[in-house]
Amino acid sequence: MGTLTLDGLCRRYATTTAVERVDLEVAEGEFVALLGPSGCGKTTTLRMVAGFVAPSSGRILIAGRDVTHAPPHGRDTGMVFQSYALFPHMTVGENVAFGLEMRKVARAERDARVREVLRLARLDGLGDRLPRQLSGGQQQRVALARALVVNPAVFLLDEPLSNLDAKLRAEVRIEIRALQQRLGLTTLFVTHDQEEALTMADRLVVMERGRVRQIGTAEALYERPADAFVAGFIGRCNLLRGTPEAPGQFRTASGALLPCLPQPARPGDILALRPERIALRAAGDGLPARLAAVTYLGAQTEYHLDLAGTRLVAVAPTPAEGDARRGLAPGDAVLAHWDPAEARLLPAEPGDLLDDQA
Amino acid sequence: MAGSRLHRAAFGVAVTGAYGLILAPVLAVIVISVFAQEIVSFPPSGITLAWYANAWERREFARGFLTSLQLALGATAIGVPLGTAAALALSRARLGRFRGGLNTLLLGPLAVPGVVAGTALYLFYVRAEFWIDDDIKGTLPGLVAAHVLLTIPWTVRLVLASLQGLDRAAEEAAANLGARPFTVFRRITLPMLRPGVVAACLFSFIQSFENLELTLLLVGPGRTTLPVAMLNYLEFRVDPTLAAVATVQIALVGALMLITDRFVSLSRVV
Repeated sequence: MGTLTLDGLCRRYATTTAVERVDLEVAEGEFVALLGPSGCGKTTTLRMVAGFVAPSSGRILIAGRDVTHAPPHGRDTGMVFQSYALFPHMTVGENVAFGLEMRKVARAERDARVREVLRLARLDGLGDRLPRQLSGGQQQRVALARALVVNPAVFLLDEPLSNLDAKLRAEVRIEIRALQQRLGLTTLFVTHDQEEALTMADRLVVMERGRVRQIGTAEALYERPADAFVAGFIGRCNLLRGTPEAPGQFRTASGALLPCLPQPARPGDILALRPERIALRAAGDGLPARLAAVTYLGAQTEYHLDLAGTRLVAVAPTPAEGDARRGLAPGDAVLAHWDPAEARLLPAEPGDLLDDQA
Repeated sequence: MAGSRLHRAAFGVAVTGAYGLILAPVLAVIVISVFAQEIVSFPPSGITLAWYANAWERREFARGFLTSLQLALGATAIGVPLGTAAALALSRARLGRFRGGLNTLLLGPLAVPGVVAGTALYLFYVRAEFWIDDDIKGTLPGLVAAHVLLTIPWTVRLVLASLQGLDRAAEEAAANLGARPFTVFRRITLPMLRPGVVAACLFSFIQSFENLELTLLLVGPGRTTLPVAMLNYLEFRVDPTLAAVATVQIALVGALMLITDRFVSLSRVV
């Protein structure tokens, strides 16, 4: 196992830039997820690390060694492909042994290591099957075993769960994470599924249109997003256009004055407020609002609020039977209250989708 | 209900008719080969295997068969690797605007009438013999070179089709596991292309084995292929001997297809 360093990594094509200046340090044994919508450059970044795409500029270091110009077979990465990419004409055992064979590991040791990793991947007794005789989940585990058996310096996962059904995906997620922690694998993981990234990774890299928008732990990204894109991409968020007035006051485009976190410099003109941080009250502090819609979602209920023309979504645990709030209906007047520290002003870029554009 | 039954009946008739049309000449040849009389007429005056014996005794058929076999094997052995390499280049090399032209060139032999190609090759061989001061017409190498032209378009088509269905991620996975490019080709790419290559071998062999038009001008005394020997025989006599030879040929090709189908499902490749 080793560290992985991306230093100003770029990939430009004739008319577009797929990846623009990605800087990233993955520590030994760390699990980092590249997260973003399709076309954000996350897969291109991973393929540059594996050696399938040549960087236009920048450097890639694996365990301290500069591999920027090394061919894929000389990089010591273990990759799991979205399609699994098993060798259809080889048995499970032959698939898994392939990397050891390429490394000229002696027969006896090879057999022992293949048996060991098959046991680890819960594939005992399936060594003589062909890939097409296995279920999707088993094929996925063969792909994992094949990449792991060679003890790669860096473990690369390209959306490995996207071809599994929802139930299996949740299981495999936990399995991969447990395996990664037990073996201390330095891992780079590409996904477009934020739940996958949040539950599995130590740190997340949010990418969009080729650029890194923010790097941080799940909590940092959720609580302290760097910009409106990250706020909207990780979890749900009310994103309102407007202008900061006095410190701690924000005037929305439709005229409502909302309390917000007083921030010293002018960081941006988008107000970001998580739906679950808005409390609805009948009396006391709060801004008067009218309920535009109430959506019952079982454990939670979603309230669409209208504050003098400004739309906000609030989410709260569904009140118990008998609670006065259980009877809230469209048209009712309520007070919306939040801690001003929860409403942050963020910068946005053209093209970032905001609530009031919808 | 009545309409659907009518449709089904019409469909059945159409299918039977199509198969009948395809199989009728084959069946006719096989049936005629055992008719006893020399001039084919119906009903037969008797049933005999004498024509098979006659075919066996006439040395030109046995020799033609041997030449055709050598020729078809040689052309397949040379043409299929060349065609496979060409298909790989067509699908993967950075050819830019040359791709279209190269594709047309490689499929060209299919478009040129065999007699025309044969004449062109004949004229070329005459000139080439003058240059190298040695025989090309009527020699096995000369025939093999000509028949390689027949095998290439088939191979290129079939292998290209296989390449299109190939998961390139498997090749990347092999490289990722430490395999050098040639090892990737030998251990991963080629085995995954096997159905296409096997089918290409089969079709190349049949194309070469049965070819008459292209070969006609290129054979020489003592170096005659089976189809040319059959044509020559036809110039002097018309009797069921030819049907007997053709029946043997049909049996050989049919057996080849059946054997191939056991290794790769032909209906999935072609």
